[in-house]
Amino acid sequence: MEPKHRLDMKGISIEFPGVKALDQVDFSVQSGEIHALVGANGAGKSTLMKILGGAYGHYQGDIYFDGKKVDIRYPADAKALGIDVVYQEVDTALIPYLTVAENIMLDKMANEMKGKHFIRWGDIHRSAQEVMKQVGIQLDTHTLVQDLTLAQKQMVLIARALATNTNFLVLDEPTAPLSQTETEELFRLMRDLAQNQGVGIVFISHRLPEIFEICENITILRDGKVVAETTIDQLTQQKLVELMLGRRFEETYPKMQAPIGDVIFEVRNLNEEYGRVRNVSFSVRSGEIVGITGLVGAGKTELCKTLFGAYPIQSGEILLNGKPLKMKSPHAAVQQGVALVPEERRKEGVLVEEPVFVNLTLPSLDRFTRGPAFVDTRAERATARQVIQDLGIRTPSENQKVAYLSGGNQQKVAVGKWLIADAEIYIFDEPTKGVDVGAKHDIFELIGELAKQGKGVIYASSEIPEILDISDRIYVMYDYAIVKEFETSEATEEAILFYSAGGQQ
Amino acid sequence: MSTATESASKQTWYSSLVAFFSKWGTIITIIALLIFFSATMPSFRTGSNMVTIMRSISIVTVIATGITVSLTVDGFDLSVGSVATFAVALIMSFFVWYGWGTIPAIIVTLLVTLIVAVVNSFLIVKLRIYDLLATLATMFIFEGVAMTYTGGGSISQGMPRLDGTPTTGTIPPEFRLIGQSPYIIIIMLVIVTIVHIFLTYTKHGRYLYIVGGNREAARLSGIPVNRYRTLAYFLSTLLAAMGGIMLGARIGSAQINAGAGYLMPAVAAAFIGFSVAGIKKPNAIGTLIGAILVGLLENGLIMMSVPYYSLNIIKGLVLAIALAITYYRKHD
Repeated sequence: MEPKHRLDMKGISIEFPGVKALDQVDFSVQSGEIHALVGANGAGKSTLMKILGGAYGHYQGDIYFDGKKVDIRYPADAKALGIDVVYQEVDTALIPYLTVAENIMLDKMANEMKGKHFIRWGDIHRSAQEVMKQVGIQLDTHTLVQDLTLAQKQMVLIARALATNTNFLVLDEPTAPLSQTETEELFRLMRDLAQNQGVGIVFISHRLPEIFEICENITILRDGKVVAETTIDQLTQQKLVELMLGRRFEETYPKMQAPIGDVIFEVRNLNEEYGRVRNVSFSVRSGEIVGITGLVGAGKTELCKTLFGAYPIQSGEILLNGKPLKMKSPHAAVQQGVALVPEERRKEGVLVEEPVFVNLTLPSLDRFTRGPAFVDTRAERATARQVIQDLGIRTPSENQKVAYLSGGNQQKVAVGKWLIADAEIYIFDEPTKGVDVGAKHDIFELIGELAKQGKGVIYASSEIPEILDISDRIYVMYDYAIVKEFETSEATEEAILFYSAGGQQ
Repeated sequence: MSTATESASKQTWYSSLVAFFSKWGTIITIIALLIFFSATMPSFRTGSNMVTIMRSISIVTVIATGITVSLTVDGFDLSVGSVATFAVALIMSFFVWYGWGTIPAIIVTLLVTLIVAVVNSFLIVKLRIYDLLATLATMFIFEGVAMTYTGGGSISQGMPRLDGTPTTGTIPPEFRLIGQSPYIIIIMLVIVTIVHIFLTYTKHGRYLYIVGGNREAARLSGIPVNRYRTLAYFLSTLLAAMGGIMLGARIGSAQINAGAGYLMPAVAAAFIGFSVAGIKKPNAIGTLIGAILVGLLENGLIMMSVPYYSLNIIKGLVLAIALAITYYRKHD
């Protein structure tokens, strides 16, 4: 058994341009505990953990390790105390063209090779092997990280954290990209680390059942302040949501009933050039929300991108109002009335370095030009303000850089830009990923509104309850193909899971 | 707690000073140089010397706006110097070898140099070679093409071609006017203004910046990314060729590698332009100000009798400082 440690953050405050992200926050965690940190988008969870990990040095307040005051200003300070943070965006922390072994041993190679200059490759692979055995993952250490799945990358990151001496491990929304079995695997590992190796774990997640399943203690943040710190058995899911949002909340999303018309969008025997979509046929009627579900890696994102012209089509047809579409590029797709809200919001959905209004008008800039091609920024800003109001985007003004908005509000921007563009078919790829319940509700309402206007909506998600809540019809994908179609009224979570997992009748 | 607040306020004081200098440092430096050179050398202060400076930066500025446009799409066009050389060779040959008039010579020169843009965008957009490397290759290729075209020699009025054929064409006097002040300065200002308006106030300018900011997000927003990247390289070549034509008018002959010397100061001007007034994007006005800084420095140092062969040290340093201001950010 490792010695017990205790970590206390006291009176932590931090500001970013225009926002006070954290205000006098206290947070404690000790060895052997799994501590949940929850809050709505923009509550300050990730910020607090970035401070703990040394990524933000300009905070105020104190941090104590075993009661002794410590100064964490750089990542190296945190590492020295055995604090490791596995951030949300796994790809930014891994080096894609290095092997699994090199990525796992990266910290060790970077920090513990003072005075040594030659690498013993045998040792690197052996040590990586050992850590992986401890974590319980089976991978060839010679595999390049770019060839791994998201879940495997996450495991590699956790393994890297454990390769060095780890007292505290922060997992920032680790389960967001994981399938059910992968999540269970992760939980098994977390329990093992906490109980048998005395690691203190901070767990951030938007999925409430998970928190109740795995955590003992919980700290709830709202608007940069701690609103509650308690043990999990004192709470119900309902109560937790109320604390997060500061208001009462209806648990289910009342499905808006839009009149469903004729088929407006049809896909016939679609195959993608590299086999990432296999012989897919389906249709969408006007006013209809069609759910596409399946496990992570089943090919939902690939289908969405192919429908949007972002992946090359090998064969098959896509028809809108009976007319075949030419999907050579996303540009062509937009011109023909198809819109996509992509899964990777920060990389693909919004331009974080640009202000909100530039993001919102981007796909429809033609409508805001005068003369040959002069942009009418006044009209642009006016429309942007309208959308900000309609969608309840929380931002000081339309001129704020999107980087300074919270995840949920960034997502609203990613959706909002297509509302201005006025498409016929809207494709949503995991629109609620990393979005809190409040913003999720707003996004659902928005999608319902689109359906009411007679648009066709394709809603891809691996969150089966969500799909059951919002869709009229459901297609289940497995291994890049559609394997089952349900009327939502006749579908159950169990049945969908059965087909998602490759079950056949 | 109070010490923490104190150190925090000290930190903001320091970082706002850094921010102030990265915003206004270029303009402050220009003013400081003006004061310093004026105080030490009375001849510097004269109006005619100011005109000399503006005239001397005209060509650099126009070529630098070309680089600026390539920077907007997060690219980099190293081939601009060779484009200028190529343009000089072409236009002089049209005059001296073939006896063409000014207007057709200019038009055909601009059209022919666009071959460079075709090759650049093919290498970069189709074959997906890194911008810097692709244009490094074309820089050599078209330096060679220009030299091969002239037969490895220079072209000037009355000089026979390398194979001994006598030439009868003359350089039209109205063409030479392009290279003289005030016309050369006016042309530069007009070009800078047009590029500025294009980049700042048109849809196309907005798209160029967006493509440079996040190519994948731009693509998934329905912007024809490859078309805009190609456009950027066509514009940078076009502007560099205009710079070359101005250079030809200025010196009245085609010298070997005439444009090569303009690459470095143009790169410096474009990068200095990044940070002017805190725009933090490649932009035409900033590029003009960057060119003024480089030109001022060069002029002043020559007047202070720093030998020409040592000037590159200063120019290189200025480029390093400009890059430092562009890329130095406080970690956050």
